[in-house]
Amino acid sequence: MPEIETHDTKNLIIKERSTEPDSRREFLQHLLAGTATATVLMVFGPGVNARSKYTNPADGPEHQYAYVIDINKCIGCGNCVRACKRENSVPEDYFRTWVERYVVNADGVYVDSPKGALEGFEKLNKRFRENIKISRTVPKMCNHCHNPPCIQVCPVGATFKAPEGFVLVDEDYCMGCGYCVQACPYAARFINPVEHKSDKCTWCYHRVQKGLLPACVTVCPQKARLFGDLNDAESEVSKIFEADQWMVLKPEMHTDPTCFYIGMPREVV
Amino acid sequence: MEQLGLPGDTLVNYIFPNNAHVTWSIMIVIYPYITGLVAGAFVLSSMYHVFGVKEFKPIANFALVAAFSFGMFAAVPLLFHLGQPQRFYQIYMTPHTTSAMSIFGYVYSSYLVLLMIEIWVIYRKVFIEKANEATGRMRNFWWVLCLGITTYNPESAKFDKQFAKFLAGIGIPWACLLHGYVGFVFGSVKAVAWWATPLQPFIFLSSAIVSGVAMMFMMYSFIMWRRGRGYDYVMVKKFIITLWMAFILDYALEVLEITFVSYEQGAHWAVIKPLLLGPLYESYVLGQMGFLSLGPILVLGIASLLDIKDKALLYLGNLGSLMLVLQVLVMRFNVVVGGQLISKSERGFVDYEFEFFAKEGLLTATTIFIMPFVTYYIISRFIPIFEGKSIDTEPKRLH
Repeated sequence: MPEIETHDTKNLIIKERSTEPDSRREFLQHLLAGTATATVLMVFGPGVNARSKYTNPADGPEHQYAYVIDINKCIGCGNCVRACKRENSVPEDYFRTWVERYVVNADGVYVDSPKGALEGFEKLNKRFRENIKISRTVPKMCNHCHNPPCIQVCPVGATFKAPEGFVLVDEDYCMGCGYCVQACPYAARFINPVEHKSDKCTWCYHRVQKGLLPACVTVCPQKARLFGDLNDAESEVSKIFEADQWMVLKPEMHTDPTCFYIGMPREVV
Repeated sequence: MEQLGLPGDTLVNYIFPNNAHVTWSIMIVIYPYITGLVAGAFVLSSMYHVFGVKEFKPIANFALVAAFSFGMFAAVPLLFHLGQPQRFYQIYMTPHTTSAMSIFGYVYSSYLVLLMIEIWVIYRKVFIEKANEATGRMRNFWWVLCLGITTYNPESAKFDKQFAKFLAGIGIPWACLLHGYVGFVFGSVKAVAWWATPLQPFIFLSSAIVSGVAMMFMMYSFIMWRRGRGYDYVMVKKFIITLWMAFILDYALEVLEITFVSYEQGAHWAVIKPLLLGPLYESYVLGQMGFLSLGPILVLGIASLLDIKDKALLYLGNLGSLMLVLQVLVMRFNVVVGGQLISKSERGFVDYEFEFFAKEGLLTATTIFIMPFVTYYIISRFIPIFEGKSIDTEPKRLH
C-alpha cells in the first residue's frame, strides 16, 4: 500500500538520522507541534483569504454591515458632508466624512478638499486643467475596519467594535488621549474640540438601529454611497462584495476596512 | 515634484481635513522629556548604589532625589493634555491590554513608588536623627516619616544599605522599561511613518540617559557654585566621560535609524525625506543631528581625552551638557510633533505654530518643567543631599 510505503520510508530516514531510541518520538512530536503551529498561523495569520474575513460564522450577529463608495458615480456635490455635519453636530473644521478631488495630469497629482467639500468644489485652477488624465471625487470616512488599530491602541477600551461591524467610541469612557487619532491611518478620527473626546463616523448607528440609512447615504443624489447587510444576499452591498471588484484604502496597513471602493484610481491614498 | 518639497508626484500640498490640527503637541513633547530625565538621573544614581562606581558616590543621593523630583511631574503634562483628565484613573481601573499605552499608569506609578522607597531607605537614618532632635510639630513630621521607629543601630544600617542596593538594582531595568516603553508607544504606530521603527524604544532610552546625566551635571555645577563649595573634579571628569560615551551610543542609534530608512528607500522614505528637507530641516538636520550633536561630541571629546583640568573642564562639561539637554528636547519635539507634520494623505505637510497661553502652550510647559526644580529645592531644605565627606570645603583635584 502506498501509505505504508511512505510511512516506512519516513521511518527509515528517521532511523538513519537518530542515534537514540527516543529521538524518533521527539522528532514526530516536534513535527506535530510545528504542523499545528503552521496551521494556526495559516488560518489566523495575515495570509488568510481576504473575503472570508467579512463573512460571519453561523452563530454570528444577524447583520454584518458594510459600506460601498462608487467613485465613478460621485459628483462631489458635498451633500453627504453637509448631511453628516447636521445629523451629527460635527464641529467646524472637523469632519466625520469629507470628499477629495483627485486630478491626475501629465505633471502629477492634484488633490484638494476645500472645507472637506462642505460647499462642493470650485472650478479647478487653469494651471491644473491641462492634459488631464483622470478626474475623480472621492468620499472618505471611517473605514470601520475589521482589524482597527484605533481599538488596539485605546488605553482604556473606550473604543470598540460592535457586533454588527460598527467601530464606535463610548463617549462616557473616552478620556481624550488622542492615541486612536494617531493610530488611524485614514485620519478619520479627531478630538472633538467641544466635547474633548475622540470623535468619528459611526455609520449613523443611531439611525441604523431604527431601520434608517446613514445620513450621507440618504442624501447622495447619485447613489454613490451604499450601506447594507452582507448577511443579506439580496442587498446591493452583498452583490458588489460578491462581484469582487472592490478595493480598500491603504491595504498595506492591514486594517481590513469594511468600506469598499469601486473604481478607485491608484493615485487615491 | 520633489523640488517643491512635496512627496512623490504631488502637485500641491494636500493634507487630510482632520490632520490640520496637531493632536499631540508640547505637552507630549515634555512628557517623554521629563520621563527621560527621571530614567537618566536614576541610572546615574545607580552607578554608585549598584555598580559601586566610587567617583559617583557624592552625587548618588543627589541624582536619586532629582530623579524623584522629576518623576513627581512626569505624568503632569499628560493630565494637561487629556481631553477628560478627570477620567485618568480609568487607565488603572480598566487597562485595555492590547494598547501599548495601557500599562503606563502601572509602570510609572510603581517606578515612582520604588524611587520613594529607595529614598526613604537611604534617608531613614536622617529621619530618625531629626525625629529625636526636633521638637513640636516638626518632631511629629519626622516621626511620621520614620514610621515611629526612632532607634537606629548598625544592623539597621546594614539592612538599609542592602535593601537600597536591591531597590537600585531592580530600579535599573524598571527605569529602562519605563523609558523604552515610552519609545514603544511611538514606535509601534504604523500609521505615522516618522515614528514607526523598532529602534524607537532604544533611541528613547539612550537619549533619556544622556539627558538625565547632562541635566545632573548642570544641576551639580549650579548647586556647588551657589553653595560656594569646591568641585569634585575627579567625579567631574568621570561624569563627562560617561556622558560622552552615552551620547555616542545614542547618536549612533539615531544615525542608524535615519541611515536605514534612507538606504532602504521604502514607502516611508517618500514622505520622510521631504519632511526632513522641509519642515524639520532646521530642527532635525541642523539642530538635532548637526550642531547639537556634533558640538557635544567634540566638546565632551576634548574634555574627555585631553589633559584638561579644573574650571576649564567644568566649563566644557557644562557647555556639552547644555547642548545635550537641548538636543534631547529638540529630538523629542522632532519625533512627537514632526511625525504629525506628515499628513496621512501622504501628499502634504501640516503647519505647526507654537502657542504660548493655551492649555497646552509654552507657558504651561515651562511651568511644569520648572516644578521639579522647585520640588528638589524644597526637599533639599529638609534633608542633607550633598552632606558627604568628599566635597565639603576643599576642591578635589585631578592629578
